[in-house]
Amino acid sequence: MSTAAPPADWHRLDPRTVLVTALVVAGVVAGAAVPVTLGLTRWFSLPAAVLQVLAGALLVIGVAAGADRVRWHRTRYRVGTERVDLHTGLLLVKRRSLARSRIRTVDLTANLMLRLLGLVTVRIGTGEQGSESTLELDPVTRAEGERLRLLLLERAATASPGVHREGELAVLDPRWIRYAPVSFVAPMLGGAAAGAVMQVSDWVGAQGQVIEWAGDRFRDTPLLWVIIVLVLAALVAGVVGALGLWIEMWWNYRLEREAGGTLRVRRGLFTSRSISVEEARLRGVDLVEPLGVRLLGAARLDAITTGLAKDHEARNADHNTLLPAAPRARADTVAADVLRERDTPTGAALTPHPRAARGRRLRWSLAAALGPVLILTLLGALLTPVLLWIALGCAVVAVPVAVVLALDAYRALGHALSGRYLVTRSGTVRRSTAALERAGVIGWTVKQSVFQRRAGLLSVTATTAAGGGAYTAYDTDASEGLAFAAEAVPGLLEPFLERAGDPGRPGP
Amino acid sequence: MPPGEGETVRLRPPRNTLNERAVGWWRAQWLLTTAVPVVPLAVLGVLIGPARLWLLLPAAVLAAAGTAAAVLFPLWWFRTHRWEVTEAAVYVRTGFFWQEWRIAPMSRIQTVDTVRGPLEQLFRLATVTVTTASAKGAVRIQGLDHELAADLAGQLTRITRDTPGDAT
Repeated sequence: MSTAAPPADWHRLDPRTVLVTALVVAGVVAGAAVPVTLGLTRWFSLPAAVLQVLAGALLVIGVAAGADRVRWHRTRYRVGTERVDLHTGLLLVKRRSLARSRIRTVDLTANLMLRLLGLVTVRIGTGEQGSESTLELDPVTRAEGERLRLLLLERAATASPGVHREGELAVLDPRWIRYAPVSFVAPMLGGAAAGAVMQVSDWVGAQGQVIEWAGDRFRDTPLLWVIIVLVLAALVAGVVGALGLWIEMWWNYRLEREAGGTLRVRRGLFTSRSISVEEARLRGVDLVEPLGVRLLGAARLDAITTGLAKDHEARNADHNTLLPAAPRARADTVAADVLRERDTPTGAALTPHPRAARGRRLRWSLAAALGPVLILTLLGALLTPVLLWIALGCAVVAVPVAVVLALDAYRALGHALSGRYLVTRSGTVRRSTAALERAGVIGWTVKQSVFQRRAGLLSVTATTAAGGGAYTAYDTDASEGLAFAAEAVPGLLEPFLERAGDPGRPGP
Repeated sequence: MPPGEGETVRLRPPRNTLNERAVGWWRAQWLLTTAVPVVPLAVLGVLIGPARLWLLLPAAVLAAAGTAAAVLFPLWWFRTHRWEVTEAAVYVRTGFFWQEWRIAPMSRIQTVDTVRGPLEQLFRLATVTVTTASAKGAVRIQGLDHELAADLAGQLTRITRDTPGDAT
């Protein structure tokens, strides 16, 4: 590759990437320097140790910055009329090219350091899985990122303009933070915090002291109280962590509809993110109500689109979330706005499922609850009566919980057709109400086990290219579920159905 | 339109059964799967005198269960596994205890593959796999006569090529 400046239509990344890399590496090195210096003082005097570490640190930073300088030098991109090209690579030159007509997403992210320098990272994707179909420009100036986003997502308007709201659809209401601590993040963060304390104390060889110290605090208190206090402490840490995480994730949240049919989510306190969803690829919305959030009357809204990043990492990063947990009515309004409907399909009246479905759920959850109890009882009968008491305790706690969850799971079941959408709802710990565009259904899968056959039930699954790939109405009435599927997509299922019992009325 | 009172809707079975040789193919699969634990157990049982009973007994039980399954399950499966291709869709029924019907419309089919494993080649059978844009929407027809499978794949490819749309 020549050292001359690239031709006019080729662009380079922002040269400050070298500075960013140097600063990031410096931060990491600084963190490692302190323990290394302390370690070296065993063999050297303090000034000598400091000098050695400084020299090493400068070397590491220099190498990293130099490598990034070479990467910057060898990276260039071009937006042509037909294709977007990216040439990059430290040792080998990689040349990649995307057809502009296949570009589906242009996402901008900027961590704190990039934001301070006015830079962003741009990811240009075709919406297919795998990193091979994504071009990453890391970093360019914010203005250049915006220019690329508008340029690459520019399309003819997909729906008649003026029919529905343009511009801002939702902004953050700081009161929504009350839903953060009841999410599943809180207990997980609490556990992680307790684990981290033990891990760090283990690294510095002080784990024994920590346990001893904790033991000293509680020398005169009974064990039960100790456990309660420790669990409470972990929970408090988890709640604080969940609040912090929520603020970092959702601060400055805005959902907008842009001219040309693109939905755009912007959010983030330190790391700012901008995610664009082309409306032509939107196949519906999924109203998700995790248990804790649902008890407070709130819901989250996810987009069902073809070709949003589907890998695990992106899923964790809430890549397809359109609205964080917000009051249910607000979520319904946003769903209607997003889908350009007057009434949201997620609020449609659903057909409940037969009572046999309730029996199935009760049996499953009781089996799950009583299985461990049974094992404990057997072991207790054989070994020690203490286990029998534990089994009794488990049964007393688990059986009511199992029954309540099973009844709730049954209440959650439902399906309906609402305008252009088919709606299925299921789940108790994570209740999901999915409204899928009927035109987006690309096949049906009907399943029936021996037990379902005896109970007159079956499960109908609509397969789709979008979102999770399949949305299921579990345990519908065998006859009614098929009629629902046949009506949802006219003509597809009908040729394979037999209607009986009412010969006077042939199928539609 | 919801079904009227008293009207019941059922899925009718697809028109075509698999090739009769599929029964033999399934049986061979069962017997091979059974042989994997049974043969080593039996050999060890013959060689190791003191533990003979405790090795030969499970071997006999497994062999009996495997043989019974090899005789019975393929008969059931042959009755329930059916397929049909119309102008508009591919329609397949599989399974006995967990019965499954899959329907993929022609306009949404993306790829048509024909696969023949070593055992299938022995029985002159083939599997046709039809995929759509959904990660969970693939339709598989196992145990077709291999010539029929090739014809079917060609026919499906022709129909999907002539059907407009980008299949999402």
